[in-house]
Amino acid sequence: MSSVVSGVLQEYGNDAGRLMDILLDIQAENGYISDEDITGIATGLDMSTADVEQTVSFYHFFARKPMAKYNVYLNNSAIAVLMGREKIAEAFERESGCKFGEVSEDGMISLDDCADIGMADQEPAALINGLVFPNLTGFRVKELVRDMRKGVSVDELRAHGLGDGMNNSQYMKATVNNNIRKKGAVIFSEYQAGSALDKVKTDRMSPEQLIELVKQSGLRGRGGAGFPTAMKWDFCRKAKGEKKYIFCNADEGEPGTFKDRVILTERPRLIFDGMALAGYAVGAHKGILYVRYEYMYMKEYLESILTEMRNEGALGKKVNGIDGFDFEIRIQYGAGAYVCGEESALIESAEGKRGEPRDRPPFPVEKGYRGMPTVINNVETLCSVAKLVTNGVEWFKSLGTGQSTGTKLLSISGDVKYPGVYEVEWGFSINDILEMSGGDPAAVQAVQVGGPSGSCVGPNEFERTISYEDLSTGGSMMVIGEQHDLLQDVVLNFTEFFIDESCGSCSTCRALAVMYKKTLEKVLSGGGRRKDIDAMLSWAPIGKASRCGLGQTAMNPICTSIKNFRYLYEGHIKNANEQYEGGFDIAKAVADSCEVVGRRPNL
Amino acid sequence: MSEFVSFKIDGKQCMGRAGEYITEAAERNSIYIPTLCNYKDTAPKASCRVCTVKVNGRVMTSCTTPLQEGMEIENETAEIQDIRSGIIELLFAEGNHLCPSCEKSGSCELQALGYRFRMMVPRFPYLFPVREIDASHPRLIKDHNRCILCKRCVRVMKDEKGRSFFAFYKRGAKLEITVAPELADKITDEVAQKAMDVCPTGALLRKRQGWDVPVGKRLFDMKPIGSEFEQVK
Repeated sequence: MSSVVSGVLQEYGNDAGRLMDILLDIQAENGYISDEDITGIATGLDMSTADVEQTVSFYHFFARKPMAKYNVYLNNSAIAVLMGREKIAEAFERESGCKFGEVSEDGMISLDDCADIGMADQEPAALINGLVFPNLTGFRVKELVRDMRKGVSVDELRAHGLGDGMNNSQYMKATVNNNIRKKGAVIFSEYQAGSALDKVKTDRMSPEQLIELVKQSGLRGRGGAGFPTAMKWDFCRKAKGEKKYIFCNADEGEPGTFKDRVILTERPRLIFDGMALAGYAVGAHKGILYVRYEYMYMKEYLESILTEMRNEGALGKKVNGIDGFDFEIRIQYGAGAYVCGEESALIESAEGKRGEPRDRPPFPVEKGYRGMPTVINNVETLCSVAKLVTNGVEWFKSLGTGQSTGTKLLSISGDVKYPGVYEVEWGFSINDILEMSGGDPAAVQAVQVGGPSGSCVGPNEFERTISYEDLSTGGSMMVIGEQHDLLQDVVLNFTEFFIDESCGSCSTCRALAVMYKKTLEKVLSGGGRRKDIDAMLSWAPIGKASRCGLGQTAMNPICTSIKNFRYLYEGHIKNANEQYEGGFDIAKAVADSCEVVGRRPNL
Repeated sequence: MSEFVSFKIDGKQCMGRAGEYITEAAERNSIYIPTLCNYKDTAPKASCRVCTVKVNGRVMTSCTTPLQEGMEIENETAEIQDIRSGIIELLFAEGNHLCPSCEKSGSCELQALGYRFRMMVPRFPYLFPVREIDASHPRLIKDHNRCILCKRCVRVMKDEKGRSFFAFYKRGAKLEITVAPELADKITDEVAQKAMDVCPTGALLRKRQGWDVPVGKRLFDMKPIGSEFEQVK
């Protein structure tokens, strides 16, 4: 066993439950995870190598081969494509002299694709050795490749232009911009660090009173599903377990969502105080912030905030001087898997396993992390809790609509003048959003509400309101201009995204998404029939039998676009009356044999 | 120990123990709910989704859902049966299932369910994936063409230290089963036979041992799948 492996194993007490951290640390040290490392880990954790490999191979960013000195992962999300990703990809290939999926001859540069990296407001963007490089242009790629060839360090590469706000701070030094376009009352208004917990202390609020307060506020989960926060906490408080855990889900992977990135950057104390409040309410002493790998550039910064909090007594024993309340927070990084944003998959991942969702019941509030009652809240939800505790229930309820109280952060991207994060009160329409963000309603073809798993909405529905009562959303709003090919550039891209990100556990998700892709491609290539369009709609209930939201919504890009843009599909059907199967190309099928016998197909 | 509860499957009044899984409760009431990934004495995983039912109007998997008093379960409705046959068709179209040349034909649960659901041609396009046969292990053949990724072998087959002989590798459409190389030597004929028996299809086969039960005398040749529960009716 190498000294790196034995050192890392020792650091985590040979705990198989920390396998993600073990792998991340080894990769950070060696650049990749070797066969020898796998054997060493298996021996140290008393597992088979296949057991270790099944976690490693699940995540996009774990490398099993020696990597180049600079590893470029260029985002291939739909928004990246709309913003000119293909030109950037060509520039990388031209400058580096290698293709995607390859390493350059000198071993300096490797090129790979990756799914959305949370930068939809500043695409095209790439990760290079784990750090974000947004707003790429052909010229910038030329510069980057030239500097990489010279051996300039990644830290120096990004010194080119640091972003605004805390992106500029010494612990982050990120080239990322916040793009906060609208500050609302809850998340982006001023917050005095620790004030929510001060309030709990001065008001001598009991955990039950805190839960009641959250209940009165009407706060619902901001991740998209909208489950009442107080109810979740109450279930967990009443569940039996020797330990309880609080998770903050900062694994925002829904393409087009990037609001958590900005909260993590600008309001980390609001998040951590929110986690502490949740801990106090349910009786948990440990909080885990699960952050997506793509935000690795924040690691040092977030750790520095936690250290500050420990020094101030805002974490540790008797948090904020509240008797009997001990609370600690650790940060868990992922390694590139969209499905880990699903709460039970997130728990599996934090336990060092493949991010495969669990069957419910039991729900995490009864049996979650390490089998103990666990609350998982979205970043924005926890921030809202901290603010409503500080400013009061009446204040919170005065914002938004009857059933949708408070504010919502929107991540707006695509064909608008001002892509970025907008904090608005619930109850606005899609037209309002377009107006706010500088989108031209006359030139907008569609708005994708709630990311690929949401709905593809056309102009006839732009008056619908965004609220739990009507169109619910986790906040992703992608505006697609009329100049784009909606089916090819967006719908097909989203479907491929779901195929790549399926954990593969359910047959209904793993295989059905591929069938959807095949059939959509058949239609786009002109070989489709009307019955293919109806068949795709009829398959939806099979996908809905999947275990988690990924499989249950993987058909949404196709099904919602058929519903709202059927004419685009019909436009590809050559002969509307044709009934026989059109996907078979006989000339292509006999091409090989024709070549062998030296004849041309006579069809 | 646990209390008896009453519940309904397709309107039929049933009795069961609170907390037992719906599949078990159904069987003891002489009702068969088809499953592919479920395996006796092993924690359920619900990866095949074939046991999908509606419980009080909600789509659930019956192998993982504990029974509660008053549950109204839809089992053989047109809607549920169509989802199930859709899943069976998906599994056939996703892999390469060439029954006539398969050692497990007649004892294969996927094939048996294909018959049960009267599948003629899948509604989905065949993917015809190119998949390797792994015959590198001393006593075991792994044929990924026939694997439906039910995870039975992963969950059931462990060595004396609890380490897995088999594991998942990669994810999504690239997902496959691997054999831990350092444990391959521990796969004795008995272990290989067990793996073959555990596998619902012909994806895991014992080497140098074939066709010892002639076609016509195989498991489902005599009794269609599920009939052991249903014939009690």
